[in-house]
Amino acid sequence: MVAGSAAPLEIEVHDLRLSYSGREVIHGISFDLRKNEILAVIGPAQSGKTSMLRCLNRTIDFIPTASVSGTVKVHGEDVRRTKDVFALRRRIGMVAPLPVGLPLSIYDNVAFAPRCAGVTNRADLDPVVEKCLRQAALWDEVKDRLGSLGTALSGGQQQRLTIARALSHRPEILCLDEFSIAIDPVTTMRIEDVLKELKEEITIVLVTNLTQQARRLSDRTMFLLEGEIVELDDSEVIFSGEPRSPKTRGYVAGVFG
Amino acid sequence: MAGRFAKTPHGLRKERTEALAKAVFGLMASAMILPLLLIVGYLVVLAWPALGWEFLVDVPKNGMRDGGIWPAFVGTLYLVGISLVVSTPIGVLAAIYLNEYAKDSWFNRLVNLAVINLAGVPSIVHALFGLGAFVYAARFGYSILSASLTLAIMTLPVIIASTREALASVPTAFREACWNVGATRWQTIRTVVLPNSISGILTGVILQVSRAAGETAPIMFTGAVFFKAVEKGDLFPYGLGEQCMALSMHLYTLATQVPNVKEALPYATAVVLLATVLLVNATSIAVRIWLRGRKKW
Repeated sequence: MVAGSAAPLEIEVHDLRLSYSGREVIHGISFDLRKNEILAVIGPAQSGKTSMLRCLNRTIDFIPTASVSGTVKVHGEDVRRTKDVFALRRRIGMVAPLPVGLPLSIYDNVAFAPRCAGVTNRADLDPVVEKCLRQAALWDEVKDRLGSLGTALSGGQQQRLTIARALSHRPEILCLDEFSIAIDPVTTMRIEDVLKELKEEITIVLVTNLTQQARRLSDRTMFLLEGEIVELDDSEVIFSGEPRSPKTRGYVAGVFG
Repeated sequence: MAGRFAKTPHGLRKERTEALAKAVFGLMASAMILPLLLIVGYLVVLAWPALGWEFLVDVPKNGMRDGGIWPAFVGTLYLVGISLVVSTPIGVLAAIYLNEYAKDSWFNRLVNLAVINLAGVPSIVHALFGLGAFVYAARFGYSILSASLTLAIMTLPVIIASTREALASVPTAFREACWNVGATRWQTIRTVVLPNSISGILTGVILQVSRAAGETAPIMFTGAVFFKAVEKGDLFPYGLGEQCMALSMHLYTLATQVPNVKEALPYATAVVLLATVLLVNATSIAVRIWLRGRKKW
């Protein structure tokens, strides 16, 4: 997919600024996200990658010291004016760097979000749970012990459980924040395959420290450095061709960062 | 042969220091057992002639010089029970608000300050407050109600503090995971936070049982009396508006106010007070073990 294609806009970010206790960490960034694309966000620690994701689904609200300006639109709707922030969060799946199995059974972990949205009927929940666990490539390993604890799974399994949970509320956008930081390469590859399939249905924001992962998966790549977008272009340009900025070239080649 | 892992002088010195440190710390820790055994042993030996079922369920006779402690025992149950019924829900709900909902505003800082300071107020001051607020201002008179409310005010800040601690021990990552899928704060609290902090909350509440049962000053000022005639073994001898006897108060009067009392009586009263508190603590430990068995992480 090229940057100028006609796919509808899922997310529009305009002049987003974020400060914690008056210290600005994101300095007015703007970008778009198109339907069914995978946008990779690369950049060293403290670049504002996680904070940016928190602005998208407004979990930034839970940090009392944070103040946000600029606009973030999801499907054309300003997230800060949305009437139902919980519905907004259900439209955006979020996977954290470290796997967080909730201290509930595997089944309840996945059924948690639908239940919060008011689905309580077992007959409605069962297919959702199965579908999400299948999508996260975890179903075969846990289908015989859905009642056992989600926290008792291995790290890699818990991360897939987290992905299943993030899919359980049928999001249109899936944000993964360095999802492979705590899991082995084999599991990482399995999840990457899952992401390639999911791309057919949803839009993905992939924050990653692994430039190779960004290269393998993404359509476009954003290089975020110290709260500013250094470069945002097709991944082919960023990784194989000659990126415009020497900083990007240096980071991608492993010269710094 | 001096192998690669032979001990160097520095290594030997480290080992000696380590052994010494362990011995000193261990000694201090074991020293805690001694006073407990001494206190309990001393009490039980001196109380032995008076102890028995009859002592528990009988009423005091012959101007407190004979008989049992039933009215005081039931009185303590009343006071502690009612005070906890009042302070637990208020304390736990307030702590949930402060830990889960409250933003960093001047109002919440004020509430925090109030909680901390209230926890540091001596019980005799609580007693005076209870006297002024409940006995006189609210016109509850010298009564179980006034005394229980005074105890509730006294235990409330500690329950709030311990509940907040229990809530804070639940990892933030759990809450964030819930918020990320569109759960409200209450949904998060109900399904994840409370089930995983309930054992800590209970521990905090039950520790206040011993504190409330042992206090003398707050109830002496507000509703506990020297003597009250009740039926032997009667489970419901008191009304809310009446005054009552209590174990801590009874112990005080036996030890200081009644001449020629049998030596075993105050000690036996102390044993019953101690046993009641230990029984409650033991129950709390059992509940905690049971809950921890169900803890999910």
